[in-house]
Amino acid sequence: MRRLTLIAIPYVWLLALFLVPFLIVFKIALSDSALAIPPYVPTLDLSEGWAGFTAFLSELDFENFVWLTEDDLYWKAYLSSLKIAVISTVLTLIVGYPIAYGMARAPQEWRATLLMLVILPFWTSFLIRVYSWMGILSQEGYLNQLLMSLGLISEPLIILNTNTAVYIGIVYTYLPFMILPIYSALEKLDESLLEAAEDLGCSRFTAFWLVTVPLSKQGIIAGSFLVFIPTLGEFVIPSLLGGSKTLMIGKVLWEEFFSNRDWPVASAVAVILLLILVIPIILFQRNEQKQREAEG
Amino acid sequence: MALDAFAPWEDPNADPIIHFQNVTKRFGDFTAIDDLTIDIYEKEFFALLGPSGCGKTTLMRMLAGFETPTEGTILLQGQNIAPVPPNKRAVNMMFQSYALFPHLSVWENIAFGLKRDGMAKNDINDRVDEMLRLTRLETFARRKPHQISGGQRQRVALARSLAKHPKLLLLDEPLGALDKKLRQETQFELMDIQEKTGTTFVIVTHDQEEAMTVASRVAVMDHGKIIQVATPDAIYETPNSTYVADFIGDVNLIEGKATSKDNDKLSIAWAEGQPEIVGTPTTEFGNGQTVHFAIRPEKVAISAEKPEAANALQGKILDIAYLGNISTYHVELAGGQVIKAQTANNRRLSRRTFTWEDNVWLSFTDTAGVLLER
Ligand SMILES: Nc1ncnc2c1ncn2[C@@H]1O[C@H](COP(=O)(O)OP(=O)(O)OP(=O)(O)O)[C@@H](O)[C@H]1O
Ligand SMILES: [Mg+2]
Repeated sequence: MRRLTLIAIPYVWLLALFLVPFLIVFKIALSDSALAIPPYVPTLDLSEGWAGFTAFLSELDFENFVWLTEDDLYWKAYLSSLKIAVISTVLTLIVGYPIAYGMARAPQEWRATLLMLVILPFWTSFLIRVYSWMGILSQEGYLNQLLMSLGLISEPLIILNTNTAVYIGIVYTYLPFMILPIYSALEKLDESLLEAAEDLGCSRFTAFWLVTVPLSKQGIIAGSFLVFIPTLGEFVIPSLLGGSKTLMIGKVLWEEFFSNRDWPVASAVAVILLLILVIPIILFQRNEQKQREAEG
Repeated sequence: MALDAFAPWEDPNADPIIHFQNVTKRFGDFTAIDDLTIDIYEKEFFALLGPSGCGKTTLMRMLAGFETPTEGTILLQGQNIAPVPPNKRAVNMMFQSYALFPHLSVWENIAFGLKRDGMAKNDINDRVDEMLRLTRLETFARRKPHQISGGQRQRVALARSLAKHPKLLLLDEPLGALDKKLRQETQFELMDIQEKTGTTFVIVTHDQEEAMTVASRVAVMDHGKIIQVATPDAIYETPNSTYVADFIGDVNLIEGKATSKDNDKLSIAWAEGQPEIVGTPTTEFGNGQTVHFAIRPEKVAISAEKPEAANALQGKILDIAYLGNISTYHVELAGGQVIKAQTANNRRLSRRTFTWEDNVWLSFTDTAGVLLER
């Protein structure tokens, strides 16, 4: 009995906090927008009993999903989000890998401190950190001031409210998620494997490609998913740092919900986003599983 | 064992494949290798023996190129190897930890070095198959290192380091993790491989029996210095110091003073009331000079009656260590000195002649022991 309770707790938790909300969102996605509170029909009225329930069901339809395919804004937003997420993930990897590598190669007594430094930004609010990037990247911002005072540029660069700013913001925000799994993979790497590779005729560089990189593969995959998954639905960074041309599904979702007050369409957007995310999440879980098996 | 003619170290004209010239290696102010000079010849099976931390691995790593000497030079076939990086040396090392690539299969591990040489695909296939056959790993070619046993892994490491036909193969405690039986099997396998391939082997081991089994010559090290280099039988029968005598095998050490000399025999006074020991010195001892007399337990005979022998000492049995094939008797002499005597158990235990507290005679010939200055 106690075992059953133990097993049941996480399921109840998942049911209450994930499945039920998802079903509610899904139901709203099948409803129609209306000027009411809440702003959609039908709502389930149990006082009319079974007849009320069937009437309620009959009013649900996939109209909103059809609508998503008709207006090209949506699929363009999905594609654009996908593109931004992929590019950001690659950029984060490019920036994060050397950092993780440097940390793993640092003297033992330094590693804990370096790890702390990577995690340190989490101690300030994410919003504040994104706002401070506005201060850095704007036309009169610190970056332009610095570059101009150094005489590297004469005209201020326009970075804020462009995709570049979005990439900078995403790379900055999600960097620790990339660094940590790669670091943990690299830290486990046995130094003598590199010596063995050199002994067998590798240069330092080929040894890196043939030994270090494959052996940190699991970390690279884990880090990439940890960056890719939240970036795909990212809303705060594109709306604060991005411009009017930055099209991301998170932003579209927000606008449908709050500006248009079209809850059903917003819900449909969310459901599709979730379905798109399920694929990388499953792949991520697979990777974790494989890693555990390889270690176990 | 038939005495084979292989003894290039005795040939003054032979060129060593490796020549250490006054090599010193320091880590900070710690001296790991101390002014070491040594020659190793082609096709040798050279064993490095010594206590933990004496610098064996450091010596190997300098040969492989992972450490550079602080002072002195190392020549490989007459060429200074200091400027040659590890990947350009015709030297391969089998790591103590095996250092197999966990993401590659057994086959790919063995092929790793060959691919780096840009060998043709067919040649690689042939060579890897040959190595697999040699190490009897054919059936495991597709497995990953974590899917095979420790002994198999060790053989993969060996195959991988052999695959490139190195002029010199360094084995750092290659058999450390194996059980005794597998260890012995692999020792013979190693010797077999060495014979077939003609590669020069340098092997580090903690196990002196192993060194004696496989090596053409054994070097005993201590604190970064080589104390003695000799063939296994020479190092066992004629150690140059009590350190070597004690390190290799079991030995009785008796300290005394040289007294009189009679032809090639030397008498040693070593305790009040005990007869002087007569031995055959190989070096000059002055009168009154300290002599360490070292004799192996198996060269000490034990008997109930006083035997006719150059040396005979009386004592009481303190302890008997029964080891199956042999028994070691610990016999306490009148002065308190304990001497070990070993006899082969070619009779059953129940018929054993001596027991605890028995008074017995120990005897040995005047050539059985060695006389050492230090
Ligand atoms: N990188 C290093 N830095 C400082 N000291 C070192 C380093 N490598 C080795 N040493 C020291 O040099 C000495 C010799 O080390 P080495 O590894 O050669 O010993 P070893 O003879 O192989 O011992 P073992 O039989 O235990 O493997 C040791 O005292 C060791 O502490
Ligand atoms: Mg060692």
